[in-house]
Amino acid sequence: MLQAYLLLAAAMFAIGLFGVLTRRNAVGILLGLELMLNAVNINLVAFARFGAGVGGWVLTLFTIAITVTEVAVGLAIVIVIFRVRRTVDADHLHLLRG
Amino acid sequence: MTEPELALLVLAGPFGAALLLGCCPPLRRAGRVAAVVSLAGVGVALVAALRLVSWLWLAGAQALAQGGGPTREVAVTLPWLLQAGPAPLATVGVYVDPLAAAMAALVALVAGLVQLYSLGYLADEPPAALGRYYLYQSLFAFAMLGLVFAPNFLQLFVFWELVGLCSYLLIGFYYQRPAAARAAVKAFWVTKLGDVGFLLGIVLLWGATGTFEFDTLFRAVGSGTVPVNLALYMALIYLGAVGKSAQFPLHVWLPDAMEGPTPVSALIHAATMVTAGVFLVARAYPLFAAVPTILGVIVWVGAFTAFLAATLAVGQRDIKRVLAYSTVSQLGYMMAALGAGTLGAGVLHLLLHGFFKALLFLAAGAVIHAVHTNDMWAMGRLARAMPKTALVFVVGTLALAGVPPFSGFVSKEAILAGVWEAGLRGPFVLLAATVFLTAFYMFRAVFATFFGRRTAGGHPHDPPAVMMSPLWLLAMLSVAGVALGGAVLGQTFPEYLGGARGAALPHGPGWLTPVSVGLALAGLVLAWLVYQREAVSADALVRALGPLPAWAAQGYGLDALYTALYRGAVLALGRLVGWIDRYLVDGVVNVASAATLRAGAELRRLQTGRAQDYLYGVTAGLLLILVFWRLWA
Repeated sequence: MLQAYLLLAAAMFAIGLFGVLTRRNAVGILLGLELMLNAVNINLVAFARFGAGVGGWVLTLFTIAITVTEVAVGLAIVIVIFRVRRTVDADHLHLLRG
Repeated sequence: MTEPELALLVLAGPFGAALLLGCCPPLRRAGRVAAVVSLAGVGVALVAALRLVSWLWLAGAQALAQGGGPTREVAVTLPWLLQAGPAPLATVGVYVDPLAAAMAALVALVAGLVQLYSLGYLADEPPAALGRYYLYQSLFAFAMLGLVFAPNFLQLFVFWELVGLCSYLLIGFYYQRPAAARAAVKAFWVTKLGDVGFLLGIVLLWGATGTFEFDTLFRAVGSGTVPVNLALYMALIYLGAVGKSAQFPLHVWLPDAMEGPTPVSALIHAATMVTAGVFLVARAYPLFAAVPTILGVIVWVGAFTAFLAATLAVGQRDIKRVLAYSTVSQLGYMMAALGAGTLGAGVLHLLLHGFFKALLFLAAGAVIHAVHTNDMWAMGRLARAMPKTALVFVVGTLALAGVPPFSGFVSKEAILAGVWEAGLRGPFVLLAATVFLTAFYMFRAVFATFFGRRTAGGHPHDPPAVMMSPLWLLAMLSVAGVALGGAVLGQTFPEYLGGARGAALPHGPGWLTPVSVGLALAGLVLAWLVYQREAVSADALVRALGPLPAWAAQGYGLDALYTALYRGAVLALGRLVGWIDRYLVDGVVNVASAATLRAGAELRRLQTGRAQDYLYGVTAGLLLILVFWRLWA
């Protein structure tokens, strides 16, 4: 049964990564990141459920809390960028080009 | 006070003066105050050195009278460079023996007199220049005395280089004059050529014996343990003496060194520093005596140098250059004496020559000071205007020519006798011919300068007392020195130097004295005929000698040869180094920089600035790591 959870988590992680890599909209990229983080959460909970003990749950609670703050900060940054540059398209945000 | 303490006191005087003048610029720039400091330093050295030499002389005489000749060497050393094992790698200290004491007395005396004389001679110099002069003088006196008392080759070499430095600084005292600056550099270069050999010899000798110490080396040679290649080592060490004591073929720097102030020429380039090479051979004599081949080289080179320099002196117009070539010639005598095995005669000639040649230089300085030229042909009849100077100059000349009641006679006679008794016929003939030439060129200078038919312009007059008193003292010594030919206060000079009881200067066969004095008088008479009576035309003499005089005027082309060799070698080396630098070194650097620039231009394209591209990179890298990990682990 563990395998099923892990496959689900792997699929979610891959979908999230695909989203992060391919979406051009910054909000879309953040959504992808959420998927990847939750895939990790599923892993943790699954391992906890199948024998690793209470640590996985505790860690998951932490991750959820941190994810919330991360989204809050990330969205705030996106809004600030939009105000300054009038765009949130990742392809147009290339100030670091060599 | 013991002997080493006295020796340290001798060193302390000039060292203190040099330190004070070197570290206290206001004192130095005060000029005459600096001179007083320097004179005080050398005065301490002089008193201590005279005390030392009189003590050793009396102690030696007493030991002889009691029928034994104890060794009178005392070495006091401190460890300097440490190494594993019982003995240090090198030491510093003083090595006091009769030779060092006598030499120290000569150095301190002449240095003191020259410094006194310089007060008058350089009176017109600005105070700062005068202070600089006395700083160098003190430093030189310290360095020369340190060389004399050195207990090992390494310390001797350090002071050897230090006197070379002082010589360079003092030749270039008038550094605004290009000729003086060039002469200083030339003297430095030519003597360094010999010093390379000297250093190499010291290090090789150390490699073979494991020590720099004189007493250890002398004991080893005395007990018969001679390193295999001792001849090579001593030949290299002798090379240092060749450079310093202006032996052929490295004598070319000494005449040019006359660009320095005349008192400097008297002290450094006549009486003391140039005799350091002779002193070196005398100091290391037990080592040289163990390799007769090198002694043979020394005697031939010495005799040839004496003769060659005498022929060069004959053609000079500059009074200082005459004296300079004469110094080279007399150094040849000293070396020949050492090479022939008569240590006593060589060292005695060193000391006596120190007195009368310093006298001649200082008297010539008085003349130059009065008439403002070095050209003897612009002088004449100065004996009327400067009778005292003329008198002391003639005394010095008679001493140098070896005319009997004067000091040079004793030592020169002993050298000729020693060379004859050693069976060296060739060097003897050269040296005997030099006696004639010496008298000729010196009296040529005397007649041209002080007598003759021309009259010098201006209003020359005898120098002030501060310059005259050293001249009187040196003149007296040039006469009194003759006493050293026999026994003084119970012992002869060779006995003093540590010879066995009854050791005396060689006398040679009975015909020797008449022949050598006759040769000297013949030179005198010829000079009188040519330059005083003008009964024989100088031009006719020159014509009779064919192309030789013109050739001699060029220094036999040696200078031109060295210049060409030096220029050729340095230019060739310069071109080679330049080519390597331009094409090899620069090539590597250029390729490296071009490659870096090119790589940077290519690599900057990777930095797109888009965060997702970097993430692609991270993902791909992670995947690669995972794949490889799966494959290999």
